[in-house]
Amino acid sequence: MVLKGRVLVAGSAEGPLLRMTAPLSFWGGVDPKTGRISDPRHPQHGLAIGGTVLALPEPRGSSSSSAVMLELIARGLAPAALLLGEADAILALGIVVAGEMGHPTLPALEVAELERLPEGRVRVDIDGSIRAG
Amino acid sequence: MTLALTAAERALLEGSGGPAAAMAMRIVAEAARLMGAPSLVQVESAHIDGCLYHGDSGVHFAERLVELGGRVAVPSTLNVGALDLLHPGRVRFDPETGGMARRLMAASEALGCKPTWTCAPYQAGHRPRLGAHVAWGESNAVAFVNSVLGARTNRLGDFLDLCCAITARAPCYGLHLDDARRARLVVDARGLSERLRRLDAFYPVLGAFLGAEAGSEVAAILGVPSDTDEDRLKALGAAAASTGAVGLFHAVGVTPEAPALETALGGAEPERRVELKPDLLRAARDRLSTAAAGSDVIDAVAVGSPHFSGSEFHALAALARGRRFRVPFYACTGRGVLTEIERAGLLAPLKEAGVEIVVDTCVVVAPILPPEAGVLMTNSGKFAFYAPANTGFATVYGSLADCVASAAAGRVVRDERLWS
Repeated sequence: MVLKGRVLVAGSAEGPLLRMTAPLSFWGGVDPKTGRISDPRHPQHGLAIGGTVLALPEPRGSSSSSAVMLELIARGLAPAALLLGEADAILALGIVVAGEMGHPTLPALEVAELERLPEGRVRVDIDGSIRAG
Repeated sequence: MTLALTAAERALLEGSGGPAAAMAMRIVAEAARLMGAPSLVQVESAHIDGCLYHGDSGVHFAERLVELGGRVAVPSTLNVGALDLLHPGRVRFDPETGGMARRLMAASEALGCKPTWTCAPYQAGHRPRLGAHVAWGESNAVAFVNSVLGARTNRLGDFLDLCCAITARAPCYGLHLDDARRARLVVDARGLSERLRRLDAFYPVLGAFLGAEAGSEVAAILGVPSDTDEDRLKALGAAAASTGAVGLFHAVGVTPEAPALETALGGAEPERRVELKPDLLRAARDRLSTAAAGSDVIDAVAVGSPHFSGSEFHALAALARGRRFRVPFYACTGRGVLTEIERAGLLAPLKEAGVEIVVDTCVVVAPILPPEAGVLMTNSGKFAFYAPANTGFATVYGSLADCVASAAAGRVVRDERLWS
């Protein structure tokens, strides 16, 4: 099964799919020192997002999420790839700035029909294709 | 879509304004490309949210721009930092973290931004005119400047606001354009009692409901009284921008782009209508409290998110007169408002009651609350939303009068009749 996303930040990566079941603001929702979901009200509180293909159906919350994304990248705790239900100039921008600062970047895609992605390992390619397995 | 740049913008990319402006322009252009913006728009002012310490990486970014000779090209105010510079020792950082937080604030000033250190710059003299294109960060400030002042900005993330300030450009899409400012959703609150709609405590709850309902959609709200003051609209927007990604709302008959519902809708039919019923409102209110229901324990009270205005301090002083608080009571504000209330003679009576004034920062972004986490009572939808994750405190939501009565009693005192 192959989905095609619109490339926001180009790159290729692979990792286990972590699908957010509720909107997540990185600021106030992800601890930049541990990469874990820190909002106690989030249903996935406590899960680590590092190394995952993180699927975020809806954007939410603070504009400081760019800074949390940059800090996660600088600390090696960022997701392997970011799949956004809607393009978001906040999280993707944290990745762009990371690139300017000489850190490794990660692919970010805008993907319609995120719900079609099966659980398990996911591979993201530089052209925006997303493959399960 | 390809991004069309003007000759001046291309020149900046090629270094005509120096290496910092070139780097800032690369980031602005990249943001435009990834959001599908066809061009950039010239902006008149900026509000910068990148001065709060989240980790060393943000300090290195700001210092890189300073080293490369960066300078903002438009009037730019600064959001909160992580330190109360006027009350050293209030924020309990280890020396290393405090030093990095200070370096970030210093670098932000060195780039030419005004050291306002407030999340309510619109109450510190920074008030763009109706229709002005601006580049603002800080979600509550974005909601206010778009909705209440009718200026135009997208919800800019940290770093992009600063890059826009340096280049005087922002990606031209979304809330810069008429079409995206049109309401798609109608929230009808007219079924709620007018008494309820005239309470201060109604607005953060309305905002919390709106954010959860609207996500990033623009809503037109019916039922906001026409004499609603801007502190209430600020509370509404701040809560909506916390529980959702709201960058603009229209309060029909109140905010400048919504003299009538038809205007707010741009003459089109809404995609959705929601009637705000009392049970939906109470559910939204209850989501702002995470402390065990039925327990009346509180360990601290915090107000001032967004930063308290002069008139909010006047209301607090009137409620607090003659009382002595039994738990710590924090009121967060900007240094501009602090000067204003000092002149008005409010500092002594507030201190006497036990109000601790926090400036330049606030209690959910810096370690200020008592070190032993417990229960925090607040009248702010934004504090209620962010305190559990950021501070470890559970929350109880109440009106300003509830907060004062509870602080004086040392336990939760809420007037439940308000919500019936």
